[in-house]
Amino acid sequence: MFLNFLTELRVAKIPASLKEHLTLLEALRADVIDFRVEQFYYLSRSCYVKDEGLLDRFDQVFGKVFKGIETIIDTGTAEIPEEWLRKVAELHLTEAEMADIQKLGSWDEIMATLKQRLEEQKGRHEGGNKWIGTGGTSPFGANGYNPEGVRIGQDAGRQGKAIKVWDKREFRNLDATVELGTRNIKVALRRLRRFARDGAADELDMDATVSGTAKKAYLDIVMRPERHNAVKVLLFLDVGGSMDPFIKLCEELFSAARSEFKHLEFFYFHNCPYEALWQDNRRRWTERTPTMDLLHKYPHDYKLIFVGDASMSPYEINYPGGSVEHWNEESGETWLRRMLDVYPAAVWLNPIPEASWGHGQSIQMMKTIMEDRMYPLTLGGLDGAMRELTRAR
Amino acid sequence: MRFEGTAGYVATDDLKVAVNAAATLRRPLLIKGEPGTGKTVLAGEIARSFGAPLIEWNVKSTTKAQQGLYEYDAVSRLRDGQLGDARVRDISNYIRRGKMWEAFTSPALPVLLIDEIDKADIEFPNDLLTELDRMEFDVYETGERVIAAQRPIVIITSNNEKDLPDAFLRRCFFHYIKFPDRSTMEAIVAVHFPDITGQLVREALNIFYDIREVPGMKKKPSTSELLDWLKLLMHEDLPLDVLKSRDTKTLIPPLHGALLKNEQDVMLFEKLAFMSRRGGGQG
Repeated sequence: MFLNFLTELRVAKIPASLKEHLTLLEALRADVIDFRVEQFYYLSRSCYVKDEGLLDRFDQVFGKVFKGIETIIDTGTAEIPEEWLRKVAELHLTEAEMADIQKLGSWDEIMATLKQRLEEQKGRHEGGNKWIGTGGTSPFGANGYNPEGVRIGQDAGRQGKAIKVWDKREFRNLDATVELGTRNIKVALRRLRRFARDGAADELDMDATVSGTAKKAYLDIVMRPERHNAVKVLLFLDVGGSMDPFIKLCEELFSAARSEFKHLEFFYFHNCPYEALWQDNRRRWTERTPTMDLLHKYPHDYKLIFVGDASMSPYEINYPGGSVEHWNEESGETWLRRMLDVYPAAVWLNPIPEASWGHGQSIQMMKTIMEDRMYPLTLGGLDGAMRELTRAR
Repeated sequence: MRFEGTAGYVATDDLKVAVNAAATLRRPLLIKGEPGTGKTVLAGEIARSFGAPLIEWNVKSTTKAQQGLYEYDAVSRLRDGQLGDARVRDISNYIRRGKMWEAFTSPALPVLLIDEIDKADIEFPNDLLTELDRMEFDVYETGERVIAAQRPIVIITSNNEKDLPDAFLRRCFFHYIKFPDRSTMEAIVAVHFPDITGQLVREALNIFYDIREVPGMKKKPSTSELLDWLKLLMHEDLPLDVLKSRDTKTLIPPLHGALLKNEQDVMLFEKLAFMSRRGGGQG
């Protein structure tokens, strides 16, 4: 039962397993809900989705899989007699017929005409172009084709809701794949903090040592990770492009988490890092840090985070002299590889949505140089990037 | 046995379904949501509606999973041993029962609340997997096996500070309490203040939802803050015009202390009020 639903959920990357599915079936058998489609929606949502970030995706899958079902279940108590509105065969209109349909006019006019028609109408009517019913081309009624049509019956059922619960998509802004914004910046910050706490040294756990010693009757020394921040980060930000607002956001995000890191240094570059970087955008030409100095100054346990759209001409990456701003003796790729050789932990955060990465040649090149460690600037991406950075090497 | 909300708690349809599913199948129910949307209160209301005792286990950053089962107080046994106390012969004298043990052996069907599970160590939920699944555990020191006479109704709340492990999530029902919309909020207010005037609620809710919309707030006021504020408003018996006349001159709502809990937020509102006053003067 509903195996199709489970498959669709899994296709949409909602991690539902057989365990959840069996739970749902068990709940159905135990008569937890009465058989209304909203109740089924709530129950299945509660079973399958364990992360509010996936709720919106679930709503979409539910809408897709159970499309049309509500018309069978919904008995409808709209003002218009239900038999008129019962769904009839699919409407097949030719191009010409579609063109024939004239818009009636403004909303008020449509409502006024509707009222008039209602008074005139005596019986059920189907497929016409004036009377109220289903499958017609009149602007009134359901399932019809008219750009200005008024929906009656169908969804305006028992609870007077025009939109189905799952179609409202109330959880849209909880989705983990939306780009970072003011709403989810707090969550992102929390993830960064967690990242910052990792990898601390051990200290003596006094309480555990005392009770361990009492339990075993010999000296039992217990160590625990020190509550201390050990993560050191070099942040490289691409400035001077269309992605500046996102870069700014990212910069603020890391500044806010600054106290959590042991060290956090900002550097700026344009499009691709070359032989020099700068730390102050107003003095970007006068006070530059040679990249070579940077490689020598910061030890290899620093973690690199690049933020940029990686969208440029391929020459800017792989040819000497390819930079748009100055003459570079060595290609951007050479410099980037040099940095990656020194610092094994590195990621690239890209504000461009992941779906469009395939369209940019330079993005693909950058991704190859980064050995696929490129992540979108979303909560999910940030998570993945932090996980990559903390991975034991 | 069905949960339909109580006289003091407005439950939305989806919440009812989730609670009933968890209570019928006796699987844990994991509740998430913005702070102040009534996650913790829910467990108490479920207990009240089922007439069941509520056992609360408040989790802190130092809490270990083992503490919920039992603790073996080896230190006091060692001390008793040195003093020659006779109790020392029986190890069960030094076993202290935890909240889950209490819930498993409760004579009446209990509601067990594990509050703010995400506060604890990342391994905490994993350590409770089998115990929550089978509702039984062993006491190693005495060789005793504690088995739940009847599976308790388990409510777990989380504030999203840490991700919970997948294996743990698979065993739970999940519900996300979204911020109440206006009509739900009116119902909540009506439940808490039955004799409040409709007009006051309307004006107050207008202000409340406007405040929540202000961008850049550190801490958005939530349901519990709204209820406190309404209580204050009723107590002070302010004339309604004070609430109404907030167009441009006085952006800061009266008695804002109950709504804005953060200095920076109050400053933000003062700044906004100042700007709108200045803007009003020019235009």
